[in-house]
Order: sequence, then structure tokens, then C-alpha cells
Amino acid sequence: MRALLCFLLALLLVQPVLAQTALPPAPYADRQLDDPAQEKKARDLMLTIRCLTCQSQSIADSNASMAGDLRSEIRQRIAAGEEPEHIRQWLIERYGDWISYEPTADPILWPLWGLPILLLIVGGLIAMGRIRRRGKKGDGA
Amino acid sequence: MIAELGLAALWLAASLALLQLALAAFGLKQGREDLLGGVRPVAVTQALLVALAFLCLVLLFLRSDMSVLLVAMNSHSAKPWLYKFAGTWGNHEGSMLLWVTVMGVAGAGVALFERTLRRDTHMATLGAQAAISLGFYAFLLFSSNPFARLDPPAPDGQGLNPLLQDPGLAFHPPTLYLGYVGLSVAFSFAVGALMTRNVDAAFARAMRPWVLGAWVLLTLGITAGSYWAYYELGWGGWWFWDPVENASLMPWLAATALLHSVTVLATRDALRAWTVMLAVVAFSMSMVGTFLVRSGILTSVHAFAVDPERGSFILALLAIYIGGALALFGLRVGTVREGEQFEMMSREALLVVNNLLLTVILGVVLIGTLYPLMTEAFGHKVSVGPPYFDRIAGPLALILMLAMIVGPLTRWRRDRAGVVAGRLLWPAIVMLGLVAVLAVTAWGRIGVLPFLGLVVAGGVALGSLIPLTKRNLRRTPLFIWGMVIAHLGCAVSLAGMASESAFNVEKLIAMAPGDSVETAGWTVRFDRVAPIAGDNWTAMQADVSASRGGATARLRPQSRFFTSPPTTTTESAILTKWDGQLYVVLGDRLDDGRWQMRIWWKPFVTLIWLGGVLIALGGVLAIIGRERRGWALKLRQIRAGEFG
Repeated sequence: MRALLCFLLALLLVQPVLAQTALPPAPYADRQLDDPAQEKKARDLMLTIRCLTCQSQSIADSNASMAGDLRSEIRQRIAAGEEPEHIRQWLIERYGDWISYEPTADPILWPLWGLPILLLIVGGLIAMGRIRRRGKKGDGA
Repeated sequence: MIAELGLAALWLAASLALLQLALAAFGLKQGREDLLGGVRPVAVTQALLVALAFLCLVLLFLRSDMSVLLVAMNSHSAKPWLYKFAGTWGNHEGSMLLWVTVMGVAGAGVALFERTLRRDTHMATLGAQAAISLGFYAFLLFSSNPFARLDPPAPDGQGLNPLLQDPGLAFHPPTLYLGYVGLSVAFSFAVGALMTRNVDAAFARAMRPWVLGAWVLLTLGITAGSYWAYYELGWGGWWFWDPVENASLMPWLAATALLHSVTVLATRDALRAWTVMLAVVAFSMSMVGTFLVRSGILTSVHAFAVDPERGSFILALLAIYIGGALALFGLRVGTVREGEQFEMMSREALLVVNNLLLTVILGVVLIGTLYPLMTEAFGHKVSVGPPYFDRIAGPLALILMLAMIVGPLTRWRRDRAGVVAGRLLWPAIVMLGLVAVLAVTAWGRIGVLPFLGLVVAGGVALGSLIPLTKRNLRRTPLFIWGMVIAHLGCAVSLAGMASESAFNVEKLIAMAPGDSVETAGWTVRFDRVAPIAGDNWTAMQADVSASRGGATARLRPQSRFFTSPPTTTTESAILTKWDGQLYVVLGDRLDDGRWQMRIWWKPFVTLIWLGGVLIALGGVLAIIGRERRGWALKLRQIRAGEFG
């Protein structure tokens, strides 16, 4: 079932090799910040930023060079004291909503939160109703 | 010749599926026993023929016959034989052929070994199975012929994706497919029972081993897939909420719900309509998963639009089978008699809670997976990923786990709340203790979900064992052991997930040979790096020694380069200890001659997959426990020559 994912991944893995000779890797792509609190902030943000050239991976766990560049960018901005949500806004402005896994407050996403809750409530009511009815019947019998 | 033989066998198998459907349909409609008598032999012959077709394809791959398009596109003569073999299903056409093969063989299994089912239901089930197979035969023959020739033959093949050249992945897809297709049998049973108006406890007992078997295989498939992603992708992640993963998770969720409700139906003759509905949903989810993965729609709605043939074909099959089954359900649900009664405080009611929560989680995964496709169709690209799934499915799963403690400790039909609460004393004490310990030691350092996960895992681990107390362990039925071990497996797996999320230590560092670094109690020394060659790859291999408390172990992470097709992969080196895994990856060489290393200490991460294996083992014990007597009877019949 993973064949497709792997195929695309493999295509992507080729790219860094080709790109390497041309450009030096971004300084903080795979280098942690010295302050653990800042690194955690950066890491938490990276986990919710999509790697645009990969298939469904965050930039926190991708070999793609684009992911490395964004990791470096995020670490440097966090080190400079910028807030994670501010960086996210900057990324969204630059690359579009697609880059953030963190759902925005956009009305287009409301059903995403509403439907599960609705499903739970409706399903719960139906189940309760049936069990109650059965219970009463059972008593009467 | 082999390719032509395979294609001929495939066409014959397809015609026999049509014959099987026709015999069952007319035989049942006109009540003609002479027609019905042909159904079982035809089902067995069909299975033999489709298996022959599959065997032909395997042979073509093993012989690297480059005059066959599929082999030339996906194989290479220099590959190790295991990956030539596994390459058979490492592509679209081959995997679809595997799908129909398993479906045909499962149909033959139903034809040969099913004895408890009423005769008309049995025949209707075989007819339904043939109808599903027929769609997939058509799909293969008309839009994905695996035996197409290439003229002139290619000098050599294009090779199999190196990421797939891994023993874990060689057997992960067939395991999942067996699970998917096992659910097709449950689907056929449901359709058969609706057709012949025969939904009752006996029907549930006949369907149960198929559901359990499929569920065991799905569990193993998902577990193996998760471990593969963990060690092969080289970033230490074990679940990404990737649509392809979700495609395998959705049938599993439905199958889990189904196996619980089928037990209620088999034991208490309750939840009749709901169980039939779930059987339909479970296989529908298998097909939705196949559609998502096979149509290319996952990359983008537009990728689907560029080459819509295959995707449209599967979509049409989906619409016909799911739509047809739901329509049949709608027509016949009125005739399904209401089952036995039960009260709010009963095991049945808790299993309803289980089913409700599993269904909602399934809904969440389905909505989350499809939502980006829907918004993209309206011109707005969004991503739905881990933050959404974790936040919604996570808490629901934890509540489900709490219900898992209560369910097995509650009596069927009616129980008293006070008595049940008394039985929950020890799990409650354990959970409160864990809250206290974690609050003191880890408050603020770990997230809410991992925190609650650890607490609930402790409660479930103890709670799952309580059904064994006050029992003579030797006389405890095997299916009780199955339930206990499967539930314990859930707790073990949850503990692993929560522990990895909460206590994972990451170290990214550039090292020169001779450097060492301290992390999470380990001293990791980078001794040297040297080139090394394998069958069809070359690599840079690092020698790393990791020591803790006087003991030293060697790790050899590699960065591999494959030539056909040209690809680099990272081969992580993993050191397994009782309390976790040390995970070392060799990255790129930097300009100053140092090497980028990624080092993780993942406490108790192995529990995730150990739990998965325990869950599957529980399922196996449950099958043996429930079916042993039936099998013994069957054996005696065979010996006495009553077979067939």
C-alpha cells in the first residue's frame, strides 16, 4: 500500500544529491539551537509545517533540501526571538495555507471540527435511545 | 509463453466468476438444486486458475523476462531474488492481481470449509463473492493487464524502488491485502444473509472466523508497515497520519468494531442490523483505501484528472458495490428481526460504546483524509495532518481504552453499576497513582496527550488481566485468553506511543571521525567511516560505538546509493535495549569534512510494535479457541470420506 508514497519519496531523495554540489546546506538544517527551550519551540513548529516537495511529511522528518532550508529558517528566526505563530503566518503568506498542518480558523475548515462532534452526538443519541427502549421493553417482558 | 498462459488463465478465471454468479443467482431464484450444485466446484476451479495466473507473473519476475512490460518497468536482472519475487506485487498491476488471487482463494475457502451456514445463505454468499471478484477481474483485464508484452524487449529493467527493497516491505503489502480481502468475505456473508433474510447468531458464528482472521492480518500489516517506516525512512517517526497509512487504518478500525459486534451477535443475538451494516462498511473502507492509493488522487485532485482511467474504474466499482450493498441493506433492514434486549449497564451496552467510538474515529480519519481533496476541488488547498488527527482521534481513543477496562468486567444483559465500580477499584488506584507520579516527575515537560496516554495504559494493562482472576487458568477458555492478550497488547502499544512522544531525546550533530557526544545517558563515539558495496548498491558506512554504564555496542549506519534507479537511502542503525532504542543515522558529509549525524534515544518505543504483535496473537488465540471444535469435526468428516 505504500508503493506510491515510496515511489514519490524516492524521487525526492534523489534531489538532495543533485543539489548538494551546487549549494551548501543551510546552516541550521540539522543543527540544534543551543537553548533547549528555543529548540523545543522550533521543533514543535517544524512538526506542523508541511514539506512541500514530499508526500505527506512534515519538514521535521524529511530529507528534502527544501525541508532543510525551512528548518534552518525557522531555527534562525526562533533564535532571533520571533514567536512560532508569527513565523507560521509568514510561511502561510509565502506558500499558502497548504504549508501548515495546523488547521486555521478559516470557515472552510469548520466542518472538519463540526462533523466528528456531530457524528458523536447523533450516534450517541441513537444508541442511548435504542438501549433505553430495549431496557423498558425488557422490563415489561 | 508464460505470459500468454497467465493471461489465458486470468480470462478463464474471470469467466468462471461470471458462471459462479449466474449459477448462484438463477439457482436461488428458481430453486434449482442442479444449478446450485455447480457453485462450489466452480468457485474452487476459479481459485486454481487465478492462482495459476499469479504464479505465472511470479515466474516472469523471477526469470526477469524483459519482454513483459510490467517486468521491464519494475524489475532489474541484478536484483536479489527475494526482491524479484516481492517485486511481483510492488507495482499497480501485480498488486491488483494479488488482490483478485486472494479473493478467489478466499472464495474457494468459503466454498470448501463453510458448513454451519444455511445452504441458501451459503450459495448467496458465494454468488456475492463472485460478483465482487468479477469487478476486479474486469479492472485487471480492461485497464491494468499485468501480462502485456513489450516489443522489442528491453535490454534490462528499470529496477524496483530501493525503499521497497527491504524484507519488511516485501511481505507487508500481501499481509494487508489478505486482510482487506478477508473483509470481502465478511461483506459477501452480509450480502448473502440479507438476500436470504438470515441474520442471526448462527450466521454471526459462521462469519466470525473470517472477520477475526482479516483483523489479525490487518493488525500485523499495519504494525509491520509502521516499523518499516520507522527504520527505513530514517527520521524515527512511526506514524505520520499519511493518507496511505490512513487507507490501511480505516479498514482496521471498521474490522475492530465489526469483530466486537459480531461477538455480541454470536453470543447474545443482539445488534443484528448494525453488524450487517458494519460488515458492509468494513469492506467498503478496504475499497476506499485501494481507490485512494491506486488512483493517484492522493497527490492531487489534478493528478487524478490527468490520468483518470484507473481511478474512474475503481470509483465505479466502489459506487456499484457499496451503493448496491447499502441499497440492499435499506430494502431488507426492515425484515431483520430486532435482536435480544439489553440494558444500559451491560456488556452489550459497553460494546455499543466501543462500536460508537470506533465508528466516530473512523469518521474522523475518513473526513480528515478526504477533506483536502474536497477543498482542493473548490480551489482552496489546505493540509490536514497530525495536529488535527491527534487532537480529535487521540482523546476519543483514550475514552475507548477506558471503556476497554470496563467492558470485560461487566456481565452480559444486565449488571449493577455499584458492583461493576467495585471491580474497577484496582485499575482506578493504579491510574491515580500514575497521575501522582507523573505530575511530580514530568509535569510541564510532557504534553497532555502523552501524559493521559501513560495513565490510561497503566489502567488498561492491569484491567485487562482482571478477567483472569478467580479463574482456573488451565481451564480458562482460549478465547478469553485471546481477549485478555489483545487488550493487554493495546495497553502495551499505547504505553510505547506515549513514552516515545513524551521522553524522546534528539541529538543532531556534525561529527568528525574520533569525536564523541553524550546524550540521554549514552556516550556515542564516531570511530570511522568507510565505503562498502552490496549486491546492487554502494554505501558509506560509519562505525559508531555507543556505551552506557560500562557496556559498549557497535552500530553501523549507512548512507546507501542505488544505481537502478539512482537513489540514495539512509539505513539507520538501531540498538535495542530493554528500556528503549538508540537510533543512529549517518547524514551528509559537510564541507569541512565532518559528517552530519542524527541520534535519538527513544524510551520504550519497541512497546508500540510489541503491542501490535500481542493484539494479533490475541486474535489468533480467539480464532483457535472458537473454531477448534469445528475444525476437529471437519477433520473427522474428511477421514470418513464425507468431504465435498
